[in-house]
Amino acid sequence: MPAFKIDDQEVEFIPGQSVMQAALAADIYIPHLCFHEDFKAHGSCRICLVMQNGRYLSACTIPAVEGMDIINIRDDVQEQRKQLLELLFIEGNHVCPSCEKSGSCSLQSVAEFCGLLSPSLPFMYPNRSVDASHADFLLDFNRCILCELCVRASRDVDGKSVFGISGRGSNAHLVVNSADGKLVSSSFEKTDRAASICPVGVILPKHRGFKVPIGKREFDVTAINERRENDAG
Amino acid sequence: MTRICIDPISRVEGHGKITLQQNKQQVITQARLHIAEFRGFEKFIQGRPYWEVPVLVQRLCGICPVSHHLAAAKAGDMLVGAKQLTPTAEKMRRLMHFGQVLQSHALHFFHLSSPDLLFGYDDEVRHRNIVGVIQDFPDLAKQGVLLRKYGQEVIRITSGKRIHGTGAIPGGINKCLTTDDRDFLLKDIDQIVEWGVSAVGIFKKIFYEHADYHQQFARIESNMVSLVRADGALELYDGGLRVRSADNRLLFDHQNTNNYLDLINEHVESWSYMKFPFLKSLGVEKGWYRVGPLARMNNCDFISTPLAQQERQEFMKLNNGLPVQFTLAYHWARLIELLHCAESIRELLPDTDLLSGELTVKGDMQQTGIGVIEAPRGTLFHHYEINEEGLVTKANLIVSTTHNNQAMNESIRHVANQYISGNEITEPLLNQLEVAVRAYDPCLSCATHALGQMPLEVNLLDENGLILDKKIKSSNYAG
Repeated sequence: MPAFKIDDQEVEFIPGQSVMQAALAADIYIPHLCFHEDFKAHGSCRICLVMQNGRYLSACTIPAVEGMDIINIRDDVQEQRKQLLELLFIEGNHVCPSCEKSGSCSLQSVAEFCGLLSPSLPFMYPNRSVDASHADFLLDFNRCILCELCVRASRDVDGKSVFGISGRGSNAHLVVNSADGKLVSSSFEKTDRAASICPVGVILPKHRGFKVPIGKREFDVTAINERRENDAG
Repeated sequence: MTRICIDPISRVEGHGKITLQQNKQQVITQARLHIAEFRGFEKFIQGRPYWEVPVLVQRLCGICPVSHHLAAAKAGDMLVGAKQLTPTAEKMRRLMHFGQVLQSHALHFFHLSSPDLLFGYDDEVRHRNIVGVIQDFPDLAKQGVLLRKYGQEVIRITSGKRIHGTGAIPGGINKCLTTDDRDFLLKDIDQIVEWGVSAVGIFKKIFYEHADYHQQFARIESNMVSLVRADGALELYDGGLRVRSADNRLLFDHQNTNNYLDLINEHVESWSYMKFPFLKSLGVEKGWYRVGPLARMNNCDFISTPLAQQERQEFMKLNNGLPVQFTLAYHWARLIELLHCAESIRELLPDTDLLSGELTVKGDMQQTGIGVIEAPRGTLFHHYEINEEGLVTKANLIVSTTHNNQAMNESIRHVANQYISGNEITEPLLNQLEVAVRAYDPCLSCATHALGQMPLEVNLLDENGLILDKKIKSSNYAG
């Protein structure tokens, strides 16, 4: 099989695989947020950037090529990721201490893995809403990182296109595809793939917050760099 | 008229300022403890889902977050229609709360207040702190630190973290104990009870050495409000409201806490963010009251654990069975409660309900939730209204410091009149004013839900409001 290197480790790949896919198959963790093994790569969060020949590339969208010499975990690369993560934190309202996703949140865990412990940039405190109209699920738009996993899951798996992104640039935001923009008016159901795909605390089941005790939460049990996407519930 | 202002108050959490006003005869006519900060939890939890509230509101405080956590969870029980928790859930919560009161009382007495009592109020500030206690009374300091540590371990094991855990959820809890957890706590509990007995003894020794002085310091006569158990026992987690007048009449007894608004109202003064609660039946002028260890000790008929009950009997002899009113008795009552918590933990730990059983129950959703608990420093009310979607539309939190607001002002006035010298703020006066506040509370932050350490500023004003003197003490736990 053809092979390339990640941090000096030999990684075999099947032609057509991305650097991310080959890395995950070889149990090498490249930090990421918008990538999911079940969905087509999106390349929007840029957290999976790696260095190849002095250039930053997103590992989820760049095809693996024989002889590549990828740098994944190195201070300068982690520093780039930290800056991107910091922007995600300050652009939303991520209040980890009272967020029920804390301990099971990919944003929180990736930030911890990359060494971002507190943002240095001023928070933007955007005015975002909570949609609790649906009987079973709640949407807290404060925490959206625009990874579009819910958009892809609803469209590609559920065949519903309940979610979409509206606005451009810094005004981009998650919307619900219904007449009044409310989740209750959409075709969303609790059994949808989109209901369990959110890596942060936007799409959450109602009435059950904090049911999993500290120590038993997803990333308490298995660190984010040690688990596979589909290990998650 | 002269006005004195002490700002900031130290070794108290939050930012406090005291203003004293004198008349021409240099008598203090008015004392005001101002709480200068505003946190506003009642406002910003509006629009949040109710199940998030027990974890969110505990951030009001780093000393007694468990009390806020549990009061909000109790309100959450009502919201989810959980009329009776499972034995496992109720006992886990009680265990958590005993740990909380134990650690908070240890912190309040040993870390924050014992330096004043051990070294005297005229001791140098640099020495009159917990570090000074460690240097001069290492065994005592060690006991204080380890008592607090044990309480925090109880909290960690029941809620996942020593501070700001997640154990209680609407309708129950999210975990029970493992046998390892239980055995870990059992290992040291006899020692903790022993130190609890010793802690009460330490206070009694200090008290009896200057009994008259301690009995007169910041002494006021007040009504007392607390929860009591159905049989009249001291109760910290759940019970009915009992109100005892200063002259020992029971004004209310076993009142359903859901009807608290029928009993208590709050009025607002323009000079403080902290409200002034009062008993409706007595009105603003006469209806102010005290809560906390002193009120609980006076209000209950007995304590269910033997060693604490024995200590309470001695305590109640101080005023021949009538309510004990002197302000430093707060510390005495606090330490009796610390002992009660240690004994209660020892009684509770062998209970197998802690190891297994249903964790939650639910019923029909309600739109009003009220949770009342005895926090370390007094009765704590959490009241929430939610809409059909489960989002909070209204919140009312009445915390112990707020209940004691008027009482603290009265105690400050008493101390100021005792120790004022001319129109100057002396160091001893500054210290004694702080000691009076600290007897009630090291924690002004949660009263306005304000953030920060607690420096003290005191201003002395004349009858026209002009500043005659001003003293500022920097924020510093360790003096």
